[in-house]
Amino acid sequence: MSHEPRIGVYVCHCGVNIAGVVDVKRVAAEMASEAGVVLSREYKFMCSTPGQEMIIDDIQSHGLNRVVVAACSPRMHEGTFQGACRKAGVNAYFFQMANIREHDSWVTLDKEEATRKAIALTRAAVRRVRNHEPLETRQVEVRKEVLVIGGGIAGIEAALTVAESGNHVYLVEREPTIGGHMARFDKTFPTLDCSACILTPKMNAVGSHPNITLMTSCEVEEVKGFVGNFDVKVKRKARYVDHDKCTGCGACVEKCPVKVPSEFDEGLSKRKAIYTPFPQAVPNKPVIDRAACTYFRTGKCRLCERFCEPKAIAFEQQESTQEIQVGAIIVATGFEFYRGEALSWYGHGRYPNVITALEFERLNNASGPTEGVLRMADGRVPQSVAILHCIGSRDKNYQEYCSRVCCMYSLKFAHLVKEKTGAEVFEFYIDMRSPGKGYEEFHDRIREEGAHLIRGKVGEVTDLAVNPEEQGRLIVVAEDTLAGSRLRVPVDMVVLSPGLSAHRDSKVAQLLKCAVDKNGFFIEKHPKLAPVDTATDGVFLAGCCQGPKDIPDTVAQSQAAAAKALALATRGVVEAEGRTACIDPEVCAGCKLCVSLCPYKAISFDTAKEISVVNEVLCKGCGTCAAACPSGAAQARHFKDVHIFNEIEGVLAL
Amino acid sequence: MSKLKVAVYWAASCGGCDVAILDIHEKVLAVNEACEFFLWPIAMDFKYADVEALPDKHIDLTLFNGAIRNSENKHIAELLRRKSKVLVAFGSCAHTGGIPALANLYSKDQIFHRAYVESPSTVNPQGTLPQTATPVTEGELTIPTMFDHVYSLDQVVDVEYYVPGCPPNPERIWEVLFAVVSGATLPPPGSVIGAGERALCDSCGRKRTEDKRITGFNRVATTPLDPDICFLDQGLICLGPVTRDGCGQQCVKASNMPCRGCYGLPPGITDQGAKMIAAVASVIDAREPEDIRKIVATLPDQAGYYYRFSMSQSMLGRKKA
Amino acid sequence: MTNDPKIVAFLCHWCSYTGADLAGTSRIKYTPAVRIVRVMCSGRIEPSFVLKALKEGADGVLICGCHPGDCHYQEGNYKALRRFHMLKEMLGQFGLEGDRVRLEWVSASEGDRFAKLADSFTEEIRRLGPLAWKRVGNESERRVA
Repeated sequence: MSHEPRIGVYVCHCGVNIAGVVDVKRVAAEMASEAGVVLSREYKFMCSTPGQEMIIDDIQSHGLNRVVVAACSPRMHEGTFQGACRKAGVNAYFFQMANIREHDSWVTLDKEEATRKAIALTRAAVRRVRNHEPLETRQVEVRKEVLVIGGGIAGIEAALTVAESGNHVYLVEREPTIGGHMARFDKTFPTLDCSACILTPKMNAVGSHPNITLMTSCEVEEVKGFVGNFDVKVKRKARYVDHDKCTGCGACVEKCPVKVPSEFDEGLSKRKAIYTPFPQAVPNKPVIDRAACTYFRTGKCRLCERFCEPKAIAFEQQESTQEIQVGAIIVATGFEFYRGEALSWYGHGRYPNVITALEFERLNNASGPTEGVLRMADGRVPQSVAILHCIGSRDKNYQEYCSRVCCMYSLKFAHLVKEKTGAEVFEFYIDMRSPGKGYEEFHDRIREEGAHLIRGKVGEVTDLAVNPEEQGRLIVVAEDTLAGSRLRVPVDMVVLSPGLSAHRDSKVAQLLKCAVDKNGFFIEKHPKLAPVDTATDGVFLAGCCQGPKDIPDTVAQSQAAAAKALALATRGVVEAEGRTACIDPEVCAGCKLCVSLCPYKAISFDTAKEISVVNEVLCKGCGTCAAACPSGAAQARHFKDVHIFNEIEGVLAL
Repeated sequence: MSKLKVAVYWAASCGGCDVAILDIHEKVLAVNEACEFFLWPIAMDFKYADVEALPDKHIDLTLFNGAIRNSENKHIAELLRRKSKVLVAFGSCAHTGGIPALANLYSKDQIFHRAYVESPSTVNPQGTLPQTATPVTEGELTIPTMFDHVYSLDQVVDVEYYVPGCPPNPERIWEVLFAVVSGATLPPPGSVIGAGERALCDSCGRKRTEDKRITGFNRVATTPLDPDICFLDQGLICLGPVTRDGCGQQCVKASNMPCRGCYGLPPGITDQGAKMIAAVASVIDAREPEDIRKIVATLPDQAGYYYRFSMSQSMLGRKKA
Repeated sequence: MTNDPKIVAFLCHWCSYTGADLAGTSRIKYTPAVRIVRVMCSGRIEPSFVLKALKEGADGVLICGCHPGDCHYQEGNYKALRRFHMLKEMLGQFGLEGDRVRLEWVSASEGDRFAKLADSFTEEIRRLGPLAWKRVGNESERRVA
């Protein structure tokens, strides 16, 4: 606005919350003499309807063009009063709030001091608002398509939820099949449903859904754009099998002469060089493992090609890139089991009968390497099994956090061991954590089934026997902290229950400019109130990529993430932040310092004009560029130097 | 047409600004043609009394170079203010304090002690310090009083225009003189004239990366300098980003030396040091306080780097008393 | 009372300002000496803000941002950290005691910590005495504005 500032100041009593400590009349009176102030009032509850109407009336009858409310935190009511201003035809950014409740009346004992501070804080707001500028928010259209990264249960659920709404989904999975960890589990706690039985129908639904483009053996390579308008490059790895031609008959797999350890079975069984990871894989079509394939290694063989009737083998296939456009992205990249040195501390890799949870899952699985019979390395069925909780977890040397699921899956193991072998089971836990629907009851059930639940962290697993009973067995050395006694428990098999870790090799967070915590898990926008949002608008989180969680929580979060993505698509437009940065083309000298500092890559360098340019749709208004700009060309709107300087003068003026 | 009445004065300065005026070479003849001088201590013989005798506002244009370091500087600044229609702070010292104002990092006592007692070439066992008044048989001899603080010209008197530079670029000087002599419309009072409106990087042709990272600060004396690459990319402090353009890049282009900031602040920013720290620190390649401090420690004398020419006009202005 | 130190605190909106709000909603009492200026991110805080505050009469300056790794804008707090250390080094050349400018991470849940920090920092500044930077130069030498 070109005309002179005409400021209205309103000091709120907030009942007695402010007026009980601050002399609100004096604050209002002091403001009346500040330059540009047309009127200065105090009122019982500014946020009430009459309070807001007072502002609106004053704007209209006194021609106010700036408003200051001294009341609570702007985090509480900034939006309320901005709305009142807007209603009366004053730009929302001509409003400023002084926080004289949370930052003053509630924290200051002395009434005189509190009043002086209120005057200073309100004066700062008045001086600042004089130099405010009107800002506009712009609307940008949102694409309806959604990208889901990761094809475990989280990604599957999110993709199906979005697809069911009629919107299109791209599901990108880096492995040759979807299914993730859940496809490898035997049973699920606490209901003991067969994991595959409940998962595979969902996998098939993904594979055949008209609204889902399934992209396996693919990785996201580049993400550009912003909420509602992401341009994504997806790299498709060469599979050497033309999936359009392949019928999935399996003749090639049968004929392939090469055998290598199966990743799906944790190396406990063999697969071929041309393979489908497991029988219910989706898509159920094979890929060639280039590193293992005899043809790729020696130039000879091509047996698979000879036996492939539909001529689907494509040795010449190259890696390719596909570009897709989406409006929202759901990250469902999952987790990996902890694989660090705490495992070898307990003898994994050294004693053949010390196995990990995932190995146990596969050994116990009817479609696993032993067809569901729990065997030791020598083929015998164990008579006693120890299950060790918290491997690598709750330990400052490895992972400080609790992975939430290990107690429960370990209890599940106890049940499965009992059920299948009748062996004696010893569970060593630090604390038993069973906070979930039916979880505590499951815990009781396992205890009643006769598992020995021993509270104590295991010191070591050794084969050094000190008596004949221990001879030839694994001895678990621990302290029973409830009984206060030291234990040596000889067993045939030890199952290590490691915690969950973030993917160490994933560059997804970086591509999406999402922050990860010190453990590598994605950081949600707010731990309580925005658990599936991220700081990057339009990017949502589902499942264990955000932190360890069980299947019910994962599925719930996936549906929530899908709902957030759909809410965005349904709204159809996004409002871009008004308090963005801008770079004055008349001032910028083109030093390029700001370009790399922007966390959102919102600044680019215009090589023709030799100046930096802000993409205001990408900008989130953090102001880092404005702070770093040496020539003063980059400015943070609403937080310009002049505004901050005005505030500093104001808060120090009394 | 009557000649333009001109005065040139040097206060706390080195004389380089006066020499720069002569560096307009043969154009000095045209200046002589167009101007009548009333004071120019370095070039012509006038007495202060002659100036004091002039009617107020008699002089059309005064080019005042040098900072205000002592009572004489201040006295003449006030005198020339009275006698001049247009007073120009000419050169870095008058504009922003210049090299003399670096002394604001010390008190007067510290400076005297260093100069007259501790300096290696001084023998002064009694510790005698300069006195402003000394009785002699003929009466009392006085010399000007040195202030505790060095001021820019506009901190002592009102100033119409500023011509920055240490010294100002002769071509710019000529442009300014020509503009005044030819009666061109002058910019509003308070303007910086004879300089650009952007930062120096605007006219700098060195290649810059978009991903600057500082792992340690290099120094001119110990670093091979690439003439084609931005100094900041070479880990050197170059004040180009926080310095007004217009100098003709004598240092950066002709001498392969980083900008030292003599043209002062570009419009819109308030402090060269504050902005330089904001910019450079942002790209320090470290996250731990200890590592950051180690990198910062490779840049001794930050204040000397940033405020070499602008101490008087810096936000803090001087060392804490 | 009026001789009490004056302290300007720059707080990022997402963590520290919210933490200060929490001190309020928890009714934790602390010194009125600390006056808060809100910025969206500690990455917006630049040395000139600190210098301006000192020049305008602040006896101390407190900079608060999200804990490392928690920055709402990913990395802004690291930029603040680097600027702070570099500025602090230079302020030493101006004779400023190192403790007059302080940087602390305060999360949205650390209302209690913010209040304690405000009190302890004010105590520290009280110990250092008033700064009174406005009195730079000699009024008789300077032009009267």
